[in-house]
Amino acid sequence: MPSYITFDQPELKLGGKVRALPWSFILMVIALGVIGGAALYSAANGSLTPWAKPHLIRFGMSVVIMVAFALVDITVWFRLAYPAYAITLALLAGVEVAGKVGAFGAQRWINLGFVQIQPSELMKIALVMALARYFHGQLAEDSQRLRTLIAPALMILAPTAFVLLQPNLGTAIMLSMVGAAMLFIGGARIWLFIAVGAAGAAAAPVAWRSMHGYQKRRVLTFLDPSIDPLGAGYHISQSRIALGSGGLYGKGFLNGTQSHLNFLPEKQTDFIFPLLAEEWGMWGGVALLTLFTFVSFYGVVVGLRSRNQFGRMLAIGLSVNLFLYVFINMAMVMGLIPVVGVPLPLISYGGTSMLAVMIGFGLLMSVLVHRDTKIGRRYPLGD
Amino acid sequence: MPTERGDMERYRTLARRTVMLGGLQAGMISLLVGRMYYLQVVESKRYQMLADDNRISVQLVAPSRGLITDRTGVLVANNDQNFRALLVSEQARDVERTLGLLSGMIQLAPSEIERIRHDMVRRRRFVPVTVRENLTWEQVSMIEVNAPDLPGVIIDVGEVRSYPLSDQASHLIGYVGAVNEDELSEDNPVLSLPGFKIGKAGVEKSRDADLRGTAGASEMEVNAFGRAIRELSREPGERGRKVELTIDAELQMDAHRRLLQERSASAVIMDAQTGAVYALASAPGYDPNVFSKGIPADVWKDLLDDETTPLINKAIGGQYPPGSTFKLAVALAGLESGAIGIDHTVTCNGTFQLGDHTFYCDAYKNGGHGTLNLIEGIAQSCDVYFYDVGNRTGIDNIAAVANRLGLGQRTGLDIPGERPGTVPSTAWKKAHTGEPWYAGETISCAIGQGQVAATPLQIATMVARLASGRAIVPFLTNEIQGVDMPRRDWPRLDLKPEHIATIIAGMKAATDHGTGKSVQIKEPGMRMGGKTGTAQVHQYTVAEHDKNRIAHVEGDLPWKLKNHAWFVGFAPEDDPRYVCAVLVEHAGQFGSQAAGPVAHDLLLLTQQRDPAKLKVSAELPWNRS
Repeated sequence: MPSYITFDQPELKLGGKVRALPWSFILMVIALGVIGGAALYSAANGSLTPWAKPHLIRFGMSVVIMVAFALVDITVWFRLAYPAYAITLALLAGVEVAGKVGAFGAQRWINLGFVQIQPSELMKIALVMALARYFHGQLAEDSQRLRTLIAPALMILAPTAFVLLQPNLGTAIMLSMVGAAMLFIGGARIWLFIAVGAAGAAAAPVAWRSMHGYQKRRVLTFLDPSIDPLGAGYHISQSRIALGSGGLYGKGFLNGTQSHLNFLPEKQTDFIFPLLAEEWGMWGGVALLTLFTFVSFYGVVVGLRSRNQFGRMLAIGLSVNLFLYVFINMAMVMGLIPVVGVPLPLISYGGTSMLAVMIGFGLLMSVLVHRDTKIGRRYPLGD
Repeated sequence: MPTERGDMERYRTLARRTVMLGGLQAGMISLLVGRMYYLQVVESKRYQMLADDNRISVQLVAPSRGLITDRTGVLVANNDQNFRALLVSEQARDVERTLGLLSGMIQLAPSEIERIRHDMVRRRRFVPVTVRENLTWEQVSMIEVNAPDLPGVIIDVGEVRSYPLSDQASHLIGYVGAVNEDELSEDNPVLSLPGFKIGKAGVEKSRDADLRGTAGASEMEVNAFGRAIRELSREPGERGRKVELTIDAELQMDAHRRLLQERSASAVIMDAQTGAVYALASAPGYDPNVFSKGIPADVWKDLLDDETTPLINKAIGGQYPPGSTFKLAVALAGLESGAIGIDHTVTCNGTFQLGDHTFYCDAYKNGGHGTLNLIEGIAQSCDVYFYDVGNRTGIDNIAAVANRLGLGQRTGLDIPGERPGTVPSTAWKKAHTGEPWYAGETISCAIGQGQVAATPLQIATMVARLASGRAIVPFLTNEIQGVDMPRRDWPRLDLKPEHIATIIAGMKAATDHGTGKSVQIKEPGMRMGGKTGTAQVHQYTVAEHDKNRIAHVEGDLPWKLKNHAWFVGFAPEDDPRYVCAVLVEHAGQFGSQAAGPVAHDLLLLTQQRDPAKLKVSAELPWNRS
């Protein structure tokens, strides 16, 4: 493989690209989607409807989209990074905020025919793309200057603010944390993170006061679920019972009592992991976590192998994004953090996060396929 | 793999930071795995229990109530099948239409339909609501035939208590009813079962612990909305123990039937040697079957308003002046205290003078009884004789002996509702009124008037004690689930046998040629001894005594003010086995006229039937546990 190819000329023909696709990675992704289908089959007491069948159909279409995205040249994604971010932000502002006050007829979803998707889900991908694009243009010494960080900070804060207004605490946390991770690997000084962390802790009381009643209640019941065992604490108590009663080896597929007798709320969406862990036990839970960890780790490896900064940051950012999905969801159903409403990627029912996650995987594979493509630092102005 | 100038440095930074980030992520993953380990391994047992608590609902299964039989094994309290129509609203396509159809078959009143609608709103849609209990066979078959048109209607078989003797033993056996708030405090979950009934009166109440049985349990798997998914296990529970009474149902029915010839009366037939009660009748009675099915308000009100007090068991809960029957205790007290001897004589000229007060005798109009000894005093029931004995003996000596004969305190019969009666004494009066005792009061008490009060059961017990010489306590329970009640070996009364023999001789004389002569049993070997009694309800003035003594007896007074008539007897006269006490409320006649014939009939019947010899028939099905 030639060591130097200009960005103007794609290095690979389509056939070569297909051969370069990471089939082991695709297999792991398909495994996750199928596990999700099985879990949803169980959630419906052993029925393909209403969840497993639509989930698997959507997943199949998403796999096609994922592969298609992987084959698109990385420079295309590089060029689309800012426009994609701008459009998504506009949608977020328009659809989410204006939609809320009714100017858009309360339309909070974009209908793509087979799936409806929230702009906030797409923003998780668009933000990573835009930040990768931005840091592609910065050298190590640039990233250490505060002035350089103003633009990316705004890029993070703008969508976070819109999402908070929704209000959607889970997505806001994910956006700010993914953003912070991007700044971190982009080279921002470490003391900056410490300072922001300290400031955040100091601002916590202010944040507490500005929280919605239900959000406060979630935090309080997280701290002590027995405050409200039949209300807000019910979710987390029943989730813990589902997990704990599964034990080491689980109750067996389709034998979970907590889920099948409806004690476990939201079992097909945010609380699908307790259903899995009840039926498959700790070993099942750890196996799923391991699979996610492999997928996430794969993203890091892809990033480190890329010869362009855009690809590196994009891949690692998408990997962190997936990791955060998984961590926040699992930590919340286990009672480690408050319930904030983040689904388990590819397992939870719902097209919104699935499409975003699969687009992310498509981009990740594109980084891998085009890992040797050189993109000039000042592109498209030239080096 | 840096490719251009300056890229190397930022690649190194990125790689280093990525490794740091990876370390953080590894820590976070460990946290998740650690938490999983804690929940799913360390705390797993606890959460498994919580999950089972969630899904398993233990429902109690009501036990079958124990049966009650008489001494021969005849059922006096039974469990009948109770067919109920239930409606599950979620299974009924159209509730109103279904109710309309049902109404045509079992005639639902508007108030019933209102209650059904009310119950359905309050309960979850899959919980059955009772439409009607105690359906007849015709109604059940009509509903079953039309089942395709009545989706959601279920026929359910439960149990309802039934009492074959109906009003003939209502007070004795009692009835069952729904558990009330106070009774709920008893720590027994079976009490809170819907429709569970417990004993409210009579044997049903006193033996409730034995009759109730032990609840079974059904473990149901339920979902988060409480809907039963399937039954996991079922433990049937234990039916209540069978209680066998000392009663002889045949005799009980005869006694009740005989009492119904009077307006309001009561009778006790018991064993003079053992205390076993063979019949305990109080008339009129009520139908306990109505009570166990839920009594209509108007029926209840009628029972409450009835001046013959059908709800009260007069045999143990009615307190009456014992009249002349009390003379037996007074005579014995005179002998025991040494105030008189067996040969004590008194001359009766019709009156007795104490201070400036004159007390009269029934024989006043005829110039008095003449000179009488103790046996003749009892036989003729001469008031003057007992005024004299009472005056010599003193109230406290009378009270002491009366108490030992079972008066003035509850006998201890094993059903609720017994009242203690009253035997006054100087201490009793001091405690109740703060006033001293006057000698004139003793004169009234000596003939069973004044403050003296006793129940028919107490009078029967008194005579049983005299007849046996033992401190007999009446009882109603023979055995429970085939196990004999503890043997009763009543201690001898610490009274001189020749004193008791004199009293018994007086009673025999009374039915031989005295006040009870007319009711003596003529059948050979069945003759009885007895004592009449007439208890005044109304306090007469001296003038009334002179003018109206006869008039009131003949019935010019309102029913409520007329005299009670007593008769207490034992038979056979030479070897007393049975005691019978009869009280006719407000008979308006002398004891020998109103109560005597009843006692005659009952003691004759008792001896003919001879319940003491009747055995339990072991081959009857309910005698096999």
